[in-house]
Parts: sequence; C-alpha cells; structure tokens
Amino acid sequence: MRVLADGTAAVSPAWPAFAGPPAIRLEAVSRVFGSGARAVDALDGVDLEVGRGEFVCVVGASGCGKSTLLALIAGLDRPTEGRVEVEGGRPALMFQDAGLLPWLTVARNVDLPMRLRRVPRDERAAEVDRLLRLVHLEGAADRRPHQLSGGMRQRVALARALAQRSEALLMDEPFAAVDAITRDLLHEDLARVAADRAMSVVFVTHNVREAVRLGDRVVLLTSRPGRVAEEFSVDIARPRRIEDPAVGALALRITARLREEIGRHGRR
Amino acid sequence: MAVADADLVRTGAGLDALELSAPPAPSRLRRVVRVVAPKVCAAAVLLAAWQLAVNLHVRPSYLLPAPSDVWSTFVAQWREGHITGAVWTSISRGAFGFAIALLIGTPLGLLMARVATVRLAIGSLVAALQSLPSVVWVVPGLLLLGPNGATIVFVVVLGAFPSVALGAVAALEQTPPLLVDVGRSLGARGLALHRHVLLPAALPGYLAGCRQAWSFAWRSLMAAELITQSSDLGLGLGQLLDSGRQTLDMSLAIMAILVILAVGIAVDGLVFSPLIRTVNSRRGLGGARA
Repeated sequence: MRVLADGTAAVSPAWPAFAGPPAIRLEAVSRVFGSGARAVDALDGVDLEVGRGEFVCVVGASGCGKSTLLALIAGLDRPTEGRVEVEGGRPALMFQDAGLLPWLTVARNVDLPMRLRRVPRDERAAEVDRLLRLVHLEGAADRRPHQLSGGMRQRVALARALAQRSEALLMDEPFAAVDAITRDLLHEDLARVAADRAMSVVFVTHNVREAVRLGDRVVLLTSRPGRVAEEFSVDIARPRRIEDPAVGALALRITARLREEIGRHGRR
Repeated sequence: MAVADADLVRTGAGLDALELSAPPAPSRLRRVVRVVAPKVCAAAVLLAAWQLAVNLHVRPSYLLPAPSDVWSTFVAQWREGHITGAVWTSISRGAFGFAIALLIGTPLGLLMARVATVRLAIGSLVAALQSLPSVVWVVPGLLLLGPNGATIVFVVVLGAFPSVALGAVAALEQTPPLLVDVGRSLGARGLALHRHVLLPAALPGYLAGCRQAWSFAWRSLMAAELITQSSDLGLGLGQLLDSGRQTLDMSLAIMAILVILAVGIAVDGLVFSPLIRTVNSRRGLGGARA
C-alpha cells in the first residue's frame, strides 16, 4: 500500500471483493513512441491489476496514455518494457467511434466475431437475437449502421463485444460523443450487462462522474509520462445514478486531484 | 427502482423511435422528372444550336448535315441491321477485353497494395501506363498479332488494366485504420482480416477504379477499331465510323459518333452507376443518407 502526499492511503489493487488471481495484470509497463530526442514516454512504469469481475475506470488528462494502455491490454500494441498478462483470451474492445462495419447490417455486425470463431450458423442466429434484445435493439437488426444514432451504434458495438464471449471488456471513451440522456441509458445498459456476466472491465474516460457512476475503482493517471497517480475505491451501493450525491462527492475529490496533476504541467 | 427502470426503458425506446422514423421519400414521378428534365433541356439546346448552324449555312450541307439527315441515316443503317451488329460486335470485344483487364488488374492491385516491394518496383510504371494513350499499342499489336480481333482486345486490355490496379491500390490504402483495429480486436488476422474487413472496405474505391477502367477500355476499343482494318474482321462501331471517312459521308460519321457516345452512356447508366449507387447507399455514402 502506498501513502500519498496528502496522507491518505492509495487503495491497494486487490480490493477485497475481487480477491484471487487478477484477470488483467500490468507489471512495470512502459511504452515509448519514437526514439532519441523526440521519443515520447506514453506510459512509464505502470502497475495495474484488474480483478475478475471488477469494473475499473481509468481517468486522466489528455495525453496520459489511456488509449495506449488499452491497446497494450488488447494486444494491438506491445510494451517497450514490462509485462502485460490477460487471463481468458483476447479481451473485447470498444472505441469512442462504434467502429461498426458500414457494409454489414446490425445483425451481421454482431454476428461477425462468432463467424470468425466458426460458431455454427443456427447457434449464431439465436445468440444475435439474444444480444440485440439485451441492448434493446431487436427492431433494428436489418438496419445499416449509418441509419442509427450514435447511442444506438454504441449499443450495437456493445452487443458485438459481448458476442466475442471474452471475460474482459476494454472501453476507450465509448460514450464521449453521445448526448447526456443517451449516455445515462448506455450507463444503465453497460452496468447491467457487466454485472450479469461478471466481466472484468477497463473503462477509459475523461469524465470523472461517469467513472464514479460505473466503476468499482477509479485509477487516476498522470500525463507525459503516464503513471498511476492514485487509485480510489468506489464504495457506493448499486444501482447508482450519475446524479447521486455520493457519486458527485467522490467525483469532486478525484477532479481536484486531477486538476492538481494537470497544474503541474503549467508550472514547468 | 422498478418504476425508474421502466422510465429508462421508455425513454430509450422513445429516442430510438425518433432516430428510426425516416422522412417521407419524394414521389417516384417527381424524382424522375427532377433527374430527367435537365438532361432533356440540355439536349434540346444543343440540337437547336446545331439546327441553327445548318440554317445559317455555316458549312455546306455535305459537311454539316442537318439533325434530320443524321436521323434518316440512322434509320437506314438500323433497317439494314448495321447498328445492332456493330454495337454488339464492339460491346462484346470491349466486355471481353475489360474482363481480362479485371483478371490482370485486380490481383496486381492487391499485390501492389499489400507488398511494398512490388509497389516500389512497378507502382510508377503502372501509373505511367495509365496516362499512356492506349492507341500506341495498336502498332505493336498489329505487328505481333496481325489485323484481327486479338489485336483489338490486346489494346483494350492494356488501356484498361492500369485503372483497375490503381483503383484497388488507392481503395486499400484508404481503409480507415479504426476498422483495421476493430477487425484485429475481433480476432481477424491475415486472410480473415482481408475477407471480412479490408476487401469489403475497399469495394467502393475499387468499383470507382473499374468504372474508369471501362471508359478507358471503350476509348481504346474505338481507337483500335478505327485503325485495324481487315475484310475478315467483324464490323464494329469504329469500323462503321471509318466507313463514313471512306465514303465521305459526314452524316454516317456523326451518326456513328453519336451511337458510340450513347453506348458509353448506356453502359455507365445501366451497369456502373446502379452498382456503385447500391454499394454506396448501403453504407450511407454518396449523398444517399436517410
């Protein structure tokens, strides 16, 4: 357990409810882009563990290497130094843009990860139906992505991610581009699905309230280089709403710490 | 809490319904009129200008025939079956050459896009071939193959395949990196990534390349038919045009040019435009947004 400058203790990663071997473990992970004088330290010595079924939100100012962190866990990128271990196969990944394949219908998009795994056809069809009902999109199965709103596209992306049957779900600011009411609904869908399936989630966002609304734990990253500055456990009973006073209070604390962190860069 | 949940579900259903209700489509008749009327007007203006030039005797009538003279030439040629025969001969030659150009250009383009060495080795050569007037190939074609259909197809293939290859290269290079990341994170690698992500993503750009290749094929075909003369060679549109030169029949020449133009418009309008429109509108591209 580390003790921080203001005397409070950083919460240790293995927070009791998620004891046992972690689903995702990063050990002293660094990622440097470029080389020589122009090298950029995106991440520097990051240690992070995500327990099975734990929902971890990562917040930080822009340039803190949040997206790099996810790319490393997803296996789309390799660390310059350190180790990344992921249990239970390739994690599913969601982006700020839903990234649906525009030439496929909604149903075929959800179907694709199962086709790639060679799941038998009739089994796939039943699963697509089930997943679309889960995200309340059973009526949009034959639509094309361009006919949907941003929030609906993200729900399709969530259904597609679930179709991967991964134990871990990585999300890179997935709700940054949708309106507040839609975002509320998406939070509700995501919280329900993640809890039902006991998924291990790493959710990157710059919206601190959102992080507190969703997470079991909030990890604050510093910028350039990205390091873990502090971790906050979110001991607020579920179901939560983003307007809950307890959510607001913790979000204020984290935001204050984030401001402090960003301020360091201005003083240089 | 149950009440709040029901509220949320209802709000969500409301948002979705607002998004999915499409605006009413304009009536079919009105759409056809809006598309066709400008074309008819433009054609009418051109015809009127032509007729005016004839009436003013800008040139003697054997050099500048009236639209009605060209029309009667057309009717006469049609009755003798020359037009349908020439159109069929030319289109089948063009389609055959175009098909071979697709068979050569498509794998070549894929290879150039995926293998950097190949692209570096022949990329600029293929680009240069595209700007080379394909009529130059008539000469080596005649010397190699003689005055026959093979020479004509040879010229068509060499005129068309660079556009196919370059279209495929450009289309693959423009694949959004996000879709590649999505494909890889869904577990697609190598062939599966190509089959499910890269190639479908490249389809609109590839089809645009094919459309351009067809227009190159058609031009090359006319040049080749105009020059390649032989008694045992079937009568194509280029030869029909050349018979206008040989008999000093301007009316026949103009008619042949108009038929060549009409075939070009028809192939684009009946094959490439609908194909590209369908592919693009499925993806919400090209002004086809709901």
